[in-house]
Amino acid sequence: MDAPIVVDQLHKSFGSTHALDGLDLTVEQGEVHGFLGPNGSGKSTTIRVLLGLLRPDSGRTTLLGGDPWRDAATLHRRLAYVPGDVALWPGLTGGEVIDLIGRLRGGLDEARRAELLSDFELDPRKKSRTYSKGNRQKVALVAALASTADLLILDEPTNGLDPLMEEVFQSWIHRARDEGRTVLLSSHILAEVEALCDRISIIRAGRTVQSGTLADLRHLTSTTVTAETDRPADGLSRIAGVSDLEHMDGRVTFKVDTDHLDEAIAHLSGLRIRSLQAHPPTLEELFLNQYGDRLPPQDQTPEHADGAGGGHAAGPVGRAAGATTAAAGGEATGEAAGAGRGSARGADR
Amino acid sequence: MSGLTGTGQMVRLFLRLDRIHLPVWVVAIVGIVAASASAVQGVYNTPELRAGYAATVSNSPAAIVMSGPPQGLDSVGGITVFEINLTAALGAALMAIFLTVRHTRAEEEAGRTELLRAGVLGRHAPLAAALVVVGGASLVVGLLIAGSLAGLGLPAGGSLLFGAAMACLGLVFVAVTAVAAQLTEHSRAALGMAVAVLGVSWALRSLGDVRDSAASWLSPVGWVQSVNAYGDQRWWPLLLPLALAAVLTVAAVLLTRRRDVGAGLVPTRPGAPRASRLLSSVPGLALRQQRSSLLWWAVGLFLGGLAFGSFGNEVTTMLEDNPELADMFGAAGGDDLVAGYFGLILLILALVVACFTVSSVHRLRAEESEARAELVLSTRILRRGWQLGWLAVTAGGTVLVLLATGLGVAVADTLVSGSADRFGELLGATLAYLPAVAVIGGLAAALHGWLPRLGVLSWVVLAGCFVVGWLGDLLTIPESVRDLSPFNLTPRLPLEPMGWPVVAGLTAVAALLLALAVLGLRRRDVDSA
Repeated sequence: MDAPIVVDQLHKSFGSTHALDGLDLTVEQGEVHGFLGPNGSGKSTTIRVLLGLLRPDSGRTTLLGGDPWRDAATLHRRLAYVPGDVALWPGLTGGEVIDLIGRLRGGLDEARRAELLSDFELDPRKKSRTYSKGNRQKVALVAALASTADLLILDEPTNGLDPLMEEVFQSWIHRARDEGRTVLLSSHILAEVEALCDRISIIRAGRTVQSGTLADLRHLTSTTVTAETDRPADGLSRIAGVSDLEHMDGRVTFKVDTDHLDEAIAHLSGLRIRSLQAHPPTLEELFLNQYGDRLPPQDQTPEHADGAGGGHAAGPVGRAAGATTAAAGGEATGEAAGAGRGSARGADR
Repeated sequence: MSGLTGTGQMVRLFLRLDRIHLPVWVVAIVGIVAASASAVQGVYNTPELRAGYAATVSNSPAAIVMSGPPQGLDSVGGITVFEINLTAALGAALMAIFLTVRHTRAEEEAGRTELLRAGVLGRHAPLAAALVVVGGASLVVGLLIAGSLAGLGLPAGGSLLFGAAMACLGLVFVAVTAVAAQLTEHSRAALGMAVAVLGVSWALRSLGDVRDSAASWLSPVGWVQSVNAYGDQRWWPLLLPLALAAVLTVAAVLLTRRRDVGAGLVPTRPGAPRASRLLSSVPGLALRQQRSSLLWWAVGLFLGGLAFGSFGNEVTTMLEDNPELADMFGAAGGDDLVAGYFGLILLILALVVACFTVSSVHRLRAEESEARAELVLSTRILRRGWQLGWLAVTAGGTVLVLLATGLGVAVADTLVSGSADRFGELLGATLAYLPAVAVIGGLAAALHGWLPRLGVLSWVVLAGCFVVGWLGDLLTIPESVRDLSPFNLTPRLPLEPMGWPVVAGLTAVAALLLALAVLGLRRRDVDSA
C-alpha cells in the first residue's frame, strides 16, 4: 500500500504570496510524523490542502491513495482532523459538538468517548462559548480521538493545553500508534515532537528543508562538547568540523560535526581531560540550525535524509539556512494574510 | 483610576474602527432624506394642491402608519416632513442601534473588551466612549438633516427642530441599546431587543396616530413627531426623549457595575451532555443554529402583519364615512383603494422577510470565516452538501416567515372586517413574493460562492429594492429602473392580476443563481478569514 500522505512539489499562492513553494512530505503507514516549522511557514496551508479545503496551484498530493480535492467524501470517512485554533458553535455544548462531528464523520466509539472525556477532564455540558481555548482544543481532540479513523491530522493540537493534559494527549497518541493509526502532528512544541514522533519534516518558507528520523537529523549536525583540560586546549580550531570555539576559565566549549567527533575527542585526551560533557543536538538546536538564527549554517550538503527513500524531502541545508534572513519577515505575515486567517484565529501563529 | 479613565482613547479607537461605517450610515441617511425632501419641493406650491394632499393622506391609514401624524400639511414643510419621516426616523434609530451594539456587546463577545479592560481603562470607559461616538453621530445626522432642509429653502427654525427631533430619537435608541447590551451575552440578542423596542414604538405611534388616541405618547417616536416642526413648532416634547435617554444611560451604567466582563445578567445554564437526534446532519445543525432567530422573525412578522392588516378595513370605513372621497376615486371604487393599500404593505413586508433570508444566507459566510465550516468539511460532508444543507433551512425558514406574515395580515383583516372573503387572496398575495425573495437569497448565495468577501453587496441590492419600492414614486424613478427589483416585478396582488410568467421567470432566475452558487463554492478555496 502507498504511504497515507504523499505530497510532491506542492505550490500554493495567495495573491502574490507563495505560501507553499515546492513542499514535499511523505508520511508512512502507522507512523507518527512530526511536521515542524515556525509560524507562517505553511504547515496549516499544507494541512488545508490535504483536507481538500484549498486547491493547490501545482504539485501532486495523494491522501490515503486518493486526490484530496476530488475524492474528499470517501477520503474523509477515514480521517479525523483537529484544527490549530478550534472554533465551535457557541450555542452548542462540548458534548453536542463531539457527537455532531462524530456523526458527520460516520460514527464514534462510545467507550472511547467516555474514557477521553474523563482523561481530558472535560465537562461536556458546558456551552462552547464558555470554554477556554484549551477546552475548545480538548473538544476537537476528543471528537478526533474517539473516531475510528485510520489517519489523524492534528494541527498544533496541544495549543493551550496545560502540561498535565499534554501528558494525557501524548499517551493517547502512543495508543493511536499502537493501534496502527497514522498521525500527522504539526507542532512547534519540540519536546512533544521529540517524545512522540517517529519521523519529522522541518519546513520553512513553504519548502521542506529536512526530513527523516530524529537520529538521521542529528547525524547531520554537530555535537556540543564542553571540556576542562590540564593543558591549554589549543589547536582545536585546526580540526575540521569544529566551530563555535570558546575558551572560558580553563574550560573549552565547541561544536563539532558528528563525522569529526572522534578526532576532536582524541585531541582533547592528549591534553589530559579533567571533565567532559558532550550532548547531541537537541531538536531545538536542529530546528534553529534550519533557520540560521543562532547557529551558523553548516557547509555540508546532506544526502536526502528521507528515511523512506521517498525522494525529494530534504533540501540542501546550507542554502536553506542562508536564505532565511531574506525571506522570513515577508513570509510570516504573508501566509497569514494570504491564507486569510484574521487576527481572531491564528492556527499557525 | 476613575471609572472613565481612558474614555478619550476609546473614542479615538472607535472613530478609527468606524472610519468607513460611520460616514456610510450618515451619508446614506442624510442623502436619502435630502433627496426625498428635494423631490417634494416645488410640487405643492398652491394652497389648493396642499389641501388636496392633506385630504388624501389624512384619510389614508396606510399613509399614517408608514409616515406619521398628518399635521402641518398646510405648509410645504409639513408635507416634506410627512414624506421623509419614515426614512429619517428609522434611519436615525437603526444607526444608533447597530453602531451601539457594534461597540458594546459585539466587542465584549469577541473578547476584545477584556484585552482593553486589562489595560489602564476605567470600567465605564468602553460604554462611555460608545455613547459619545454614536450619540455624536446622531447629533451629526440631525444637524445635517436640518442643514439640508434649510438648504432647500424651508424655514430655518422648523428645519432645526426636525433635525433636533431626529437627533433625540437617535439618542434614545443609543441608550436603549446600551441597556440591552448589558442584559444579554450575545450581540445578536442585544440587536434583536433594541430593534423590538423600535418596532413596538413604531406600532404604538401608528396606533395612536391612526385612532387619534394617546397611544402615541407612549412611544419615543411619537414624542419626537409631536414637535410638528413646520406647524406649531413645539420644542418641549424633546425633553421627554432626552430624559428617557438619561435614565436609560444611568441604568446601563448601574448594570455594568453589577456584572463581570463578558457575562450577561442572566447566567448561562449547563446544557445537554449528548447531542439530540437533530444534530446528525448539516440541515439539523443549521436549524439548531437558527431556530430561535427563526422563531423571533416569524412571531415578529406575524405581529407586524396583524398590525398592518388591521388597518385595511379602515380604508373601507373611511370611504363609507366620506362619500366625497369615495366619489374622488369614482369608478376605481373603494375596493381598489383597499387593494392598493394591501399591495403596498405586502411589498414592504416581503422586503422585511428578505432581510431574514439574506441574513440566514450570510451565516454560511460566518461559518466559513469563523472556521467552523472547516471542521464540518473535514468530515465526509462535501461542500455542496454543506452549502445546500444550510440553504435548505434558509429556504424553509423563508417560507415559514412569509407564511406567518401573510397569516398575520389575513387574520387581522378577517377579524376586523368580520368576513373571511379576502383571507385566501391576502395569503396568496404574500406568498407571491416568494420567488422575489428567493432571487435575493440566491444572489446572496451566489456572491458567497464566488466573491465571499463581497457578501455585503446583497444588502446593498436589498436596500435598492426598498428605495425603488417605497420611494419610487416620490423620487420619480423611471419604470425601467424599478423593474430591476424583483419585488417591483412581482404582480402587486390583489390590486394587479396574477402574472404567472413573471413569477415563473423569477423562480428560474433564483434557481440559476443557486446553481451558480454551488458551482462557485466547488471551485474556490475555503476561506477561513
